[in-house]
Amino acid sequence: MHEDKLIKMANPYLIQAATIMEKIQEADDIYTYRLRLNNEDARRNFRFTAGQFNMVYLFGVGEVAISIVSDPDKPEHLDHTIRSVGRVTSAIAQLQAGEALGIRGPFGQGWPLDVARGQEIIIATGGLGCAPVVGAIEYVFRRRRHYGSVKIIHGVKTPRDLLFHGRFEAWSTQPDTEVLLASDRPDKTWRYHIGVVTELFERVSIDPAKTVVFMCGPEIMMRLGVPILMRRGIPATAIYVSLERHMECGIGLCGHCQMGPYFLCKDGPVMRYDRVEPWLGRTGV
Amino acid sequence: MAVAGKIDVLSRSDLQRFFDILGSKGYRIVGPSVRDGSVMWETIQFVSDLPSGWRDHQEPGRYRLEQTGSRDIFGVVHGPQSLKPFAFAPREPLLQIERCKEGFTARPTLPQQRKVAVIGARACDLAGLAIQDQVFLQSEYHDPYYATRREGLFIIAVNCTRALQTCFCASMDTGPRAKNGFDLVLTEVDDQLLVEAGSEAGADLLSDLALSPASQKVISEAAACVDACAQSQIRRVDRTGLPQALYDAHEHPRWDDVAARCLACANCTMVCPTCFCHKVEEIPDLSRQNAEHARLWDSCFTQEHGYIHGKNLRPTITDRYRMWMTHKFASWIDQFGTSGCVGCGRCITWCPVGIDLTEELSSLLASSSRSHA
Amino acid sequence: MSTRDAENTRPKLAVFKFASCDGCQLSVLNLEDDLLALGQALDIAYFPEASSHMNPGPYDLALVEGSITTEEDAHRIRSVREQVKVLITIGACATAGGIQALRNWADLESFKQAVYPSPQYIQSLQTSTPISEHVPVDFELWGCPIDKGQLLRVITDLLAGVRPHLQAESVCLECKRRGNVCVMVAKGLACLGPVTRAGCGAICPGMGRDCYGCFGPSEGARKGPGVPPNTASLASCFHNELQLIPVDVMRRFRGINGYTSSFKEESARWDKKT
Repeated sequence: MHEDKLIKMANPYLIQAATIMEKIQEADDIYTYRLRLNNEDARRNFRFTAGQFNMVYLFGVGEVAISIVSDPDKPEHLDHTIRSVGRVTSAIAQLQAGEALGIRGPFGQGWPLDVARGQEIIIATGGLGCAPVVGAIEYVFRRRRHYGSVKIIHGVKTPRDLLFHGRFEAWSTQPDTEVLLASDRPDKTWRYHIGVVTELFERVSIDPAKTVVFMCGPEIMMRLGVPILMRRGIPATAIYVSLERHMECGIGLCGHCQMGPYFLCKDGPVMRYDRVEPWLGRTGV
Repeated sequence: MAVAGKIDVLSRSDLQRFFDILGSKGYRIVGPSVRDGSVMWETIQFVSDLPSGWRDHQEPGRYRLEQTGSRDIFGVVHGPQSLKPFAFAPREPLLQIERCKEGFTARPTLPQQRKVAVIGARACDLAGLAIQDQVFLQSEYHDPYYATRREGLFIIAVNCTRALQTCFCASMDTGPRAKNGFDLVLTEVDDQLLVEAGSEAGADLLSDLALSPASQKVISEAAACVDACAQSQIRRVDRTGLPQALYDAHEHPRWDDVAARCLACANCTMVCPTCFCHKVEEIPDLSRQNAEHARLWDSCFTQEHGYIHGKNLRPTITDRYRMWMTHKFASWIDQFGTSGCVGCGRCITWCPVGIDLTEELSSLLASSSRSHA
Repeated sequence: MSTRDAENTRPKLAVFKFASCDGCQLSVLNLEDDLLALGQALDIAYFPEASSHMNPGPYDLALVEGSITTEEDAHRIRSVREQVKVLITIGACATAGGIQALRNWADLESFKQAVYPSPQYIQSLQTSTPISEHVPVDFELWGCPIDKGQLLRVITDLLAGVRPHLQAESVCLECKRRGNVCVMVAKGLACLGPVTRAGCGAICPGMGRDCYGCFGPSEGARKGPGVPPNTASLASCFHNELQLIPVDVMRRFRGINGYTSSFKEESARWDKKT
């Protein structure tokens, strides 16, 4: 129990209208929407940290939790990368620039970019789950001198699944940065590692005493990958994972996003590994 | 906690006078009323509207009322409703959203604040309400819809002098004596009502009635009845080792056993005074100019509760029952520092197939502690 | 084609009827004010129950009522499917075979002999089957009859290009939200609500009656062991606690939606015990 906690009194259900300023295609069914809150006060007062999310709303359809991938220092534009999978997201996919979406947020705990300051960073992602760390990666590169070496490790099943291809290319040209890609079902064009992404965890050079890991992707990758990193000397307390659960409210009240004792919408989505380790991989949790 | 610690005698005519005072102060009075074979909260005006002479008999999956002919007003312990619907409405419109040139405008649809005096709440109901207050008012975000409804509540509790077969509040330390969270509390003993204030508002209203103090003998007698009620409870929950013992029982075969009986119909969660899960629905009109954005009671027993893009984390009834019980008795403690169960026994009675969570829990914990011994 | 039709760019709606009582079509007509709005949003091009003015296909959206009980209908539904973009079944008959699917457990010949003076003129299939057994169905609306609100929500979504979505949870959630007293627990009635899909607004328990499953099984057909609807547990409770004899348990599940898989399997289990 937190005795001195501050209870936020504004109506947390109120949705702010926003306009799609730009719609950028990232892959077949993935777009990044650059949103701008219509209300000037709301726009000016909006503050978030990388890894936090908004409930993105479409009139007549509903809301969906989407992480904010743009720079927290430029909150006048809020980028959300959305894959068209569900009822709300597939309806959002039909929208064009100039149309309206709604925003409620920001919610949740983001990436610990302050903890990572001065440290080496490993960013490990798998499958389609890399959108939530894009914001963190861009954040670090915009403040490159505050951080040590950066290793971006990303695994896909087939080369076709490699999204944000251009971004990986661009990141690999950053100073003191390595981009390591793996595919376990490659084709002839694949120039990177052949095998599962966790094999790269074995090979990447690590200074375990000063490394912070950000991980995002399927829970199976976390369960298999984190023990390798820990065996190589990185403590569980230096590993952060971004987890996904269904969210209706974003404010810890609707009960859907529970994972053991946590509400991932307010305790997460980014969680320190030692706190969630007992719950990962448990059936039905 | 009594403000003055003063216990008075409240005759039936005093009670009616009290109803009249409440009415004149703008309160809608709500009390238990016999309806469709049970008691439900209904608006009342007169003492005679209360279920005088009725008694409820509750057992797993079964509820029956009996008219005993006695003069007891509060012989029925409870119906399926706790205090939950008063503050956490089964369906609450949150926003009215209208399309406009710039997109849309969203207008909060806060409920009208109404003064509601509820008479007949039990200690378990108060405990349930206190837990819901904690969820909706004392978490990181303050819920204005819940708060508006909650602020209008004036609660007249009744100490229990008769335990149902399904009651286990004594072992949950929530009853049968109402300890706090009420404005007034009544104890019905030998055809007499004793009354005590629990808040300033309650004490103020009482002083208007100018009642005479109860004798020490009646007070002791009433206290003894409430104590006897606690003693007579046949069900109990042993909370030793919780929450960890239940976390440790995650792979226990008993989950499959109960899942073979459980209908996943969600009745237990609907009648539970503490269950707070809800979902949001957006209902546009056909012209898609206006939409109502509302929340409604949801349950971890539904298929969609555990959905995450195309995958269901809890496809089976085993998963869902385990989620519910583990939340009630384990993760709730980690989340809120209290148990999520208040021992009212409603989930036992109102389970159509009569699943008894105290029995399930003791099976799960008995053998898990053995295996971990 | 009239000028008015030529200028018409609204999506075209058609309503088709197969073996049914017309009750679901009447639910469409009962939309009242919303029907006017519907007529503005859609071109109601073919709806013989409502209007003799019938425009030919193709249609953007078709509502199909009724089950397939004749060879002719089995052909007709295929030609309907070819003419429509989105096909929605409305009601228990079209979605699950309806009450007339009771014949699927009986001898059609003996029915014909008993009912008709000249049974040789009756051309009928041995079974009554849902539309989905004959052609692909895009969306199913359950109920006997369907719920007007659900119909409007589905059409509203389709018009906006949104994937329609309806809850598959049990009637009990609606029933409790509505503030009903449980008829099974308080009256000992053999209520199918716990295994039946929500959508009706718990009308029957609201009137003190037991649910008879007209919205079909909750969460759809049984997909595997341990997944709702747990008809086996409810049926055992009907028998053991509520003292229903096996044939009565069987009849509870063999009703309006008796031919849909989870209810069909449950009634078969009790059929064996009778």
